Amino acid sequence: MEIIVYGIVNSVSLALMALGFTLVYGISRLPNFAHGAFYILAGYLAWVGIRSLNMGYIVSVLLTIFVVGILGMAMYRFFLIRVRGMPISEIIASYAMGLFILEALRWKGLKGMTFTLPVIYPGTIFLFDVPVDYQRLLVVAIGAGIVAGLWLFTKFTRLGLALRGIAQDEQAAMMLGIDSDAMATVATGLGSALAAVAAIVLLPLGNIVVEAGYQVLIFAVAVCIVGGLGSWAGAILASFIIGFAQILTVSYMQSHFQVVVALLAIILTLIAKPSGLFGRQKQLEERV
Amino acid sequence: MAEVQRRKERLDRGIKVRAESIYAVSSWEETAYLLAPRIILVLGLLLAPLLVQSPYWKRVVTVVCVYGLLGLSFDFLAHFVGLVSLGGALATGVGGYASALANKALGLPVFLSIPLASLAGGVVCTVLLLPCLPLRGVYFAIVTLMYPLVLSRLVEAFNILGGTDGIPGVQGFGGPWAESYIIISALLLCLFGLRRLVNEDLGLILRGVKDNDQAVKASGISVTRYKAIAVFIASTLGCLAGAYLAHLYMWAGLSLFALDFSILPIAATVIGGGGTLVGAVVGSMILVPLSELLREFGTLRIAFYALVLMGFIVVRSEGLMVWAQRKYHQFERWVQI
Repeated sequence: MEIIVYGIVNSVSLALMALGFTLVYGISRLPNFAHGAFYILAGYLAWVGIRSLNMGYIVSVLLTIFVVGILGMAMYRFFLIRVRGMPISEIIASYAMGLFILEALRWKGLKGMTFTLPVIYPGTIFLFDVPVDYQRLLVVAIGAGIVAGLWLFTKFTRLGLALRGIAQDEQAAMMLGIDSDAMATVATGLGSALAAVAAIVLLPLGNIVVEAGYQVLIFAVAVCIVGGLGSWAGAILASFIIGFAQILTVSYMQSHFQVVVALLAIILTLIAKPSGLFGRQKQLEERV
Repeated sequence: MAEVQRRKERLDRGIKVRAESIYAVSSWEETAYLLAPRIILVLGLLLAPLLVQSPYWKRVVTVVCVYGLLGLSFDFLAHFVGLVSLGGALATGVGGYASALANKALGLPVFLSIPLASLAGGVVCTVLLLPCLPLRGVYFAIVTLMYPLVLSRLVEAFNILGGTDGIPGVQGFGGPWAESYIIISALLLCLFGLRRLVNEDLGLILRGVKDNDQAVKASGISVTRYKAIAVFIASTLGCLAGAYLAHLYMWAGLSLFALDFSILPIAATVIGGGGTLVGAVVGSMILVPLSELLREFGTLRIAFYALVLMGFIVVRSEGLMVWAQRKYHQFERWVQI
């Protein structure tokens, strides 16, 4: 029972980490390697807002999500747009951006146990005789909420439909008057904001450390590759598979093996089904 | 109308055209034109340990060469095969541990353990990366980024190979001269060897794999096989650097899997100019001494590399060597439109 409950929590956390990355890649084919850095940056900003500036929880959280989203947009608009379409440069440029943020934060002294975000509602509840704190339940609730919200957004709003148009066929969408660069800007902003949301929900469970930034990036990509890029259902299913696999390794082996599980999942997927669980032929051509 | 009515035209210098064929030997000028850049590089590297006085800066020269090797390996994979590897530290780690083991467990002397470790490490890295070779671009990059992390975790978790303490007591080189000249000659050999290799048949196929692998496949050539060969070559270079480092510091440990060995070579290649091979060496000649000067800033150094990297990739993405080669081989003039 414990494994099931914590497996679900872990899986939803993974999905939260991965959603922003898969959104940006799915829409504008842009690998945002700064994703993990935005995650940690959001944690740090929220911490500054709450602890140093005393702005109150709600205000600083909303402000953080907003600021990180704007930063993501700015990163695309002023920086990544110049290397668009050159895959090697896209990877190196966004990775360098992430590296800069993370290492600058490390230099600012972001390590150790000093930086923690408060949980929204402290306390523990017993679910099927398993103690779960409210924050973990909140993770599941917010994860489900975001997935539902994104689904509604991409199905029923003009902007969401435009984003999907760019994702499906860029040239046809451009002929219908959808600006590819504007949509990519929106997508990077949205992806970064999602990273911020994930950080605010997940970071109270641990400390804000720089290393987590690299881990988030790795888990996000693992989920995306296993699930098939740009496929929402695949990403969610993949995060459940990897999430449960991780919980099983933690409970039967050591926690050191969490990253190993992600890598193994990637390699096995690539050997068995290179397009990912829900990938289609188009994606297969790009990857293999 | 104040519109600009002129554009810049670039033309090859006459001497470049003459020096391209066998007639280069017809006069001293053409021969000198061809040889000068190469001689400057070779002599510069060979004289560097003589020119600097303090042992500290001698050490910096060797580190420049180590990063030059790693940069060569990255440049070769990224710009001649199209595989962007963000995990150069995989090769340094594997090479370093292999060399330390060969030296400590098998009792081989330095001059055997380094070449042996490079080759064996190259094989190990190739086998490890084999399942990922069909991947392209982003996917390959992220998987390679994970490898050094995973391997260092495994060493930690199983407490093998000395665990977090590493393997101390690896045999050293016994003197600063051997230290410097082994790595300098290795770097020069690899640099000129690779430059030649990419223009052989093998290099042609590899570039075909980069530009259009469907066409290569259609010609009845196994893409994966050639990618494996390329990865073997590149990781052998990386393992050579790692093995050298293990002997230089007389210690092999988890720090051989550090992020520095993945990032700095990439930054050096971008600054020096990707696709020129020599650019990676020039880039590390600039970056490594600079980072030594910035040592007091601690981890801010990596942030600084990242900043330089971002600046170069956005503003001057061709890199220094491509720019320099253009200036050397061509002249520019304004022409009326």
